Amino acid sequence: MERIPILKIGDVLLVSIQIDLQDRDVLALQEDLSEQICDTGARGVVIDISAVDIVDSFIGRMFATIASTSRLFDATTVVVGMRPAVAITLVELGLTLGNVRTALNLEKGLAILRQIGGTRADVLGHADDDQPVDR
Amino acid sequence: MTVAAGRDDGISGLLRASARPLTERWVELTAAPLRGRVSRAELERELGELFEAFLAAVETGSRDVDDEAYAEVRALLSELSQRRARAGFTPTETATGVFSLKRAVFEVVEGDGGAGIAELVTASQLLDALGLWTFEAYAKAREEVIDEQAAQLLELTTPVVKLWDGVLAVPLVGTLDSGRTQVVMEKLLESLVSTGAEHAIIDITGVLAVDTQVAQYLLKTATAARLMGAECTISGIRPHIAQTIVELGIEFGDITTKATLADALLHALRRSGVDVVRGRTGR
Repeated sequence: MERIPILKIGDVLLVSIQIDLQDRDVLALQEDLSEQICDTGARGVVIDISAVDIVDSFIGRMFATIASTSRLFDATTVVVGMRPAVAITLVELGLTLGNVRTALNLEKGLAILRQIGGTRADVLGHADDDQPVDR
Repeated sequence: MTVAAGRDDGISGLLRASARPLTERWVELTAAPLRGRVSRAELERELGELFEAFLAAVETGSRDVDDEAYAEVRALLSELSQRRARAGFTPTETATGVFSLKRAVFEVVEGDGGAGIAELVTASQLLDALGLWTFEAYAKAREEVIDEQAAQLLELTTPVVKLWDGVLAVPLVGTLDSGRTQVVMEKLLESLVSTGAEHAIIDITGVLAVDTQVAQYLLKTATAARLMGAECTISGIRPHIAQTIVELGIEFGDITTKATLADALLHALRRSGVDVVRGRTGR
């Protein structure tokens, strides 16, 4: 079984899925991710699925589960790069992903996190135009 | 074929001897049913070429129109039929072009009474075969026209246009069926990915009727766009379509709908942080 790497960039955890997911990969990913969020105190999770061609209802639910889990750690989940065929499949399956944020590509996904203020501005190299949101 | 060549010398001799009156009569006979839709000069040129090619083929001694000797005649004929087909002539008008040569030959033969039955039958068979060839070429050309039109229609159905930086629109026109809607849906979503646009507008001003299935497709497209991280607005719903939608009990949920494309564009611009301001000088 392959483990999907979770990369940490400042306050954001980046998961790029490059393989066809098996159910146990999904379960392992969910486990790893919640541990990582807890350990690092990340404020945002970006899941890049631009290389994913095939999804089933189990994977569809994974996004919602990950989003709900990370919500408990006060981290926002953004799913980026969903392919049209995948989106159509999810709609046909009747999955709307609940309250998962989505973006067309990684750049826009990071922009959403920045906008929400879930991530520190300097992480993304825009220290001059983005000030950390003071809560 | 060499055996036939010896026997049929009469027909090629006949054609060669009265080439001029034959062509003139042929042009005359062909021109009549066309009622001036092809100019006399053009017809003379076309049929003159054809007659020369036919004569040359007959003089080789071959009596089989599928033979190599008739290659030029066939090429000229299919060219002629294609032109006729595209110009909207009927099959009869096109094929008559060939058959009227038969009549011209008969008249000339009747005039001087020189040729025998055998020659006439041969000439008649040859021209019949060429007539059929013309008809086939005509049908093929018409099919090509139909294929082209079908392809054009499918292209027409799915133009994805860029209205503004980051705003795409699909103006839908005509009747929507599942096949067409599928194409529209895929093309729109593909364009969202390739352009990185975050707003899509589906304009249904030109759609005459919406049933539950079409509404379902529109909803699916909007939901799929949202899953991909873009926002989809539906605009241009006509009053009676709005009534139908309500009567059918279709819920558009939280998908934004606007009365006109302009409203939808304004909405998309506002969402992407663009302000539209009337200029002081712009009146």
